[in-house]
Amino acid sequence: MSEPVRRIKAPVRLEYTVTAGRTLSRFLAGLVEGRFLGRRCPSCRKVYVPPRGACPTCAVPPDEEVVVADTGTVTTFCIVNVPFEGQTMKLPYVYASVLLDGADIPMLHLVNAPAEDARMGMRVKAEWAPPGDRRPTLESIKWFAPTGEPDAPFESYQEHL
Amino acid sequence: MSTARVVLSARYVLEYTYRRSVGPVLGRFLAGLRDGHILGAQTASGRVLVPPSEYDPDTSDPVGDLVEVRQTGVVTTWSWVETPRARHPLASPFAWALVKLDGADTPMLHAVDVGSIEGMSTGMRVRVRWRKDRTGEIADIACFEPEAAS
Repeated sequence: MSEPVRRIKAPVRLEYTVTAGRTLSRFLAGLVEGRFLGRRCPSCRKVYVPPRGACPTCAVPPDEEVVVADTGTVTTFCIVNVPFEGQTMKLPYVYASVLLDGADIPMLHLVNAPAEDARMGMRVKAEWAPPGDRRPTLESIKWFAPTGEPDAPFESYQEHL
Repeated sequence: MSTARVVLSARYVLEYTYRRSVGPVLGRFLAGLRDGHILGAQTASGRVLVPPSEYDPDTSDPVGDLVEVRQTGVVTTWSWVETPRARHPLASPFAWALVKLDGADTPMLHAVDVGSIEGMSTGMRVRVRWRKDRTGEIADIACFEPEAAS
C-alpha cells in the first residue's frame, strides 16, 4: 500500500447575505460622503456611532441623527502579531477602540502608528479613502492616524471604555 | 439631511481554510481510497468498522489490522437532496445514504446517484463509483450508484 495520508483540507465555508437595516445603512451611506453619522438616544442623550436600532440602556430608538467629528481618542487597543489570510497590514500593527469626538461609544479600526507608540489617550484622525474609492463599508476609512496633539486625559474617556 | 431610507445588503463569505491531520488509521484508509481499495478496521471481536476508527467503540482498545472490504453494499437509510448546493458531491439531485459495504459491520455516509427519488430505497444494492483522479480523500469515491448499473 502507498504512503498513508497525513493531512486533509477541511475548510469551513459560509456564504450569506448581510442586511444592514435602516439605521446602520444610514451610517454606511455617510461613510461614502466622508462623514460619521451617529444617533442620539432621546432618553439618555448618548450618541451611538455606529448607530444602533435601539439604545441598549433605554430600549428606545435613537431617533436624532448627529454628525460627529472624524477625530477621536484611542481608548483601548491591541497589537496584532499573528498573521492570517487576507491581512492587509504589515505586522505588528495596531487595532484600537477609537472614541470619536461627540460620540459616547468607541468604534474599532486600525491605527496607523508604530506598535510601540500605541497608548490609551492617543489622539487620532480618520484618513479617508479618496472620494471616488469610498464604498458603504468601513474600508472607506483607511485607518486612523495620530494627530500629534497632546494625549487626552484619562478622565475624558474613562466613562466610554 | 436626507430622509432616504435605503437598506443596504451585501454578500459575505466566511471561510476557515483548515487543514487537519488524520492520524495513522484514517491515514491508511485514505491512502487505500487513493489506491482504489476500501479498508476497514478489525476489532478484537471480529467486527469490521468502515470507515475505520482508531479505537474499538465497544472496548476502547486500539483496533487491529485494516482489512479490505468489497466495493458493493446495501443502503441502510437515506435522505433525498432535491437541490444540491455548490459544495455537494453531485450537481444533480441525489441521496445522502448510509451504505453498509459487503464485509463491513458499520455503514458509511456517502452520496448515491440514482437520478430521481423513485429510484431510491432502503435495502437497495449499490456499488462504488470512483473518481478519475484520486488524491487520498473521501471524495475519491465520487458516489455510489445502483449495483445493476454498469
